[in-house]
Amino acid sequence: MIRVTLPAHLRKLARVDGEVALEVAGAVTQRSVLDALEARYPMLCGTIRDHDTQQRRAFVRYFACGEDLSHEPPDEPLPAAVATGVEPFMVVGAIAGG
Amino acid sequence: MSGVRVLVGTRKGAFILTSDGKRERWDVSGPHFAGWEIYHFKGSAVDPNRLYVSQSSGWFGQIIQRSDDGGKTWHQPGTAPGEPTATPDGMPKGESNKFVYDTSPETGKPLTTHQWYDGTPHPWEFKRVWHVEPSLSDPDMVYAGVEDAALFRSTDGGKTWQELAGLRGHGSGDKWAPGAGGMCLHTILLDPSNRERMFVAISSAGAFRTDDGGKTWRPINRGLHSLYIPNPTAEIGHCVHRIALHRSRPGVLFMQKHWDVMRSDDAGDSWQEISGNLPTDFGFVIDVHAHEPNTIYVVPIKSDSEHFPPDGKLRVYRSRTGGNDWEALTKGLPQSDCYVNVLRDAMAVDSLDNCGVYFGTTGGQVYASADAGDSWAPIVRDLPAVVSVEVQTLP
Repeated sequence: MIRVTLPAHLRKLARVDGEVALEVAGAVTQRSVLDALEARYPMLCGTIRDHDTQQRRAFVRYFACGEDLSHEPPDEPLPAAVATGVEPFMVVGAIAGG
Repeated sequence: MSGVRVLVGTRKGAFILTSDGKRERWDVSGPHFAGWEIYHFKGSAVDPNRLYVSQSSGWFGQIIQRSDDGGKTWHQPGTAPGEPTATPDGMPKGESNKFVYDTSPETGKPLTTHQWYDGTPHPWEFKRVWHVEPSLSDPDMVYAGVEDAALFRSTDGGKTWQELAGLRGHGSGDKWAPGAGGMCLHTILLDPSNRERMFVAISSAGAFRTDDGGKTWRPINRGLHSLYIPNPTAEIGHCVHRIALHRSRPGVLFMQKHWDVMRSDDAGDSWQEISGNLPTDFGFVIDVHAHEPNTIYVVPIKSDSEHFPPDGKLRVYRSRTGGNDWEALTKGLPQSDCYVNVLRDAMAVDSLDNCGVYFGTTGGQVYASADAGDSWAPIVRDLPAVVSVEVQTLP
């Protein structure tokens, strides 16, 4: 299972309390994890990635294993620790204004 | 006894204020969607329990929320109330949040860019829904005015949205430019006597009208005079802040422009200034009395750079003559040291016998008058900055 953490506003939209656990078929990448997330929680469509372009929204960041993955290609494999469920894939709202 | 439900959108959530017909005691419900910007929040005229909310965030984009029980419960259209978060078979995949400009060869042409602040061409980029306008006859039909300026329509209760691309593509779209608040379509007026006719307004492009249900559009800005654009009488480029009409007389329009209060007696074909004796004719809101089509309200704001009432006095101005002759309404409103703003969608009227008038401020107050503006009292004083106010008169 892939673990995903979401910012508070998105947890509330998806009506979940803590981490989300997802089955991801095939390679574990940003795209496949987010596809699985949106399939399970369709109310999150458009809140993390643009509906049309699938680009990450400007004020959203991705982190895992202490690394900023926001600017990594969406089809690059995520770290093995994410793929094995040891570490979560973190969707984070960028901090603006402190 | 009939009652009133005031729907308030703020920078940090939505609130519902309810009272009986006396409008003396109010219950406050909220915040709904706490922490999100609620640009607009409006109920259906044919089903008062059907409410639509535009919920947005610079971080997480646009969400449409709907209630079918007067605001007790909410869901994103496409997800039934109370349904588990897991996807049921056949559920639209987040389509209720999806506003995509029409680029199809059949209906989305001619494609244009609009002008950026520096005059260079700029592609349309969806940012948020500024205004939701439910149909006057069908609770499942609703219009959405968005930034960057375009008009969308849903015919399935907000589950899916389609652009009425004839507006953006009618010929002047490439000359539209954003105002200080962005390039937003903020006003949608449906003609109650003619289903095919509607009016929209865009900052800062101007006002537009369709007479064929949204297929084709034309600018209706003749008579507007704006000193802040290179050609003050240009067909396009006027920063219209708000338009209002009375349902008994939909060919008469009242407009609060960036500067100037205007009136049209021919459905927008021509406009005349009616600022008259106002202390300043800058402002955002304008509305019409529910039973007196010649009685209109504005809240003068000092200037385009000083967005607060002149002299620190919060005054609603009322004209009973359709403009030009205005009286200040001050009873119950702060008359010193008041520096709030009243934004374009933040005034509404109820339709009780003695017409109620309501407005919200950027200081978080919602003021109500149960006597057509003669006297005012705050319903609430300390909400987040108020962006929009709508009123439902309940049976």
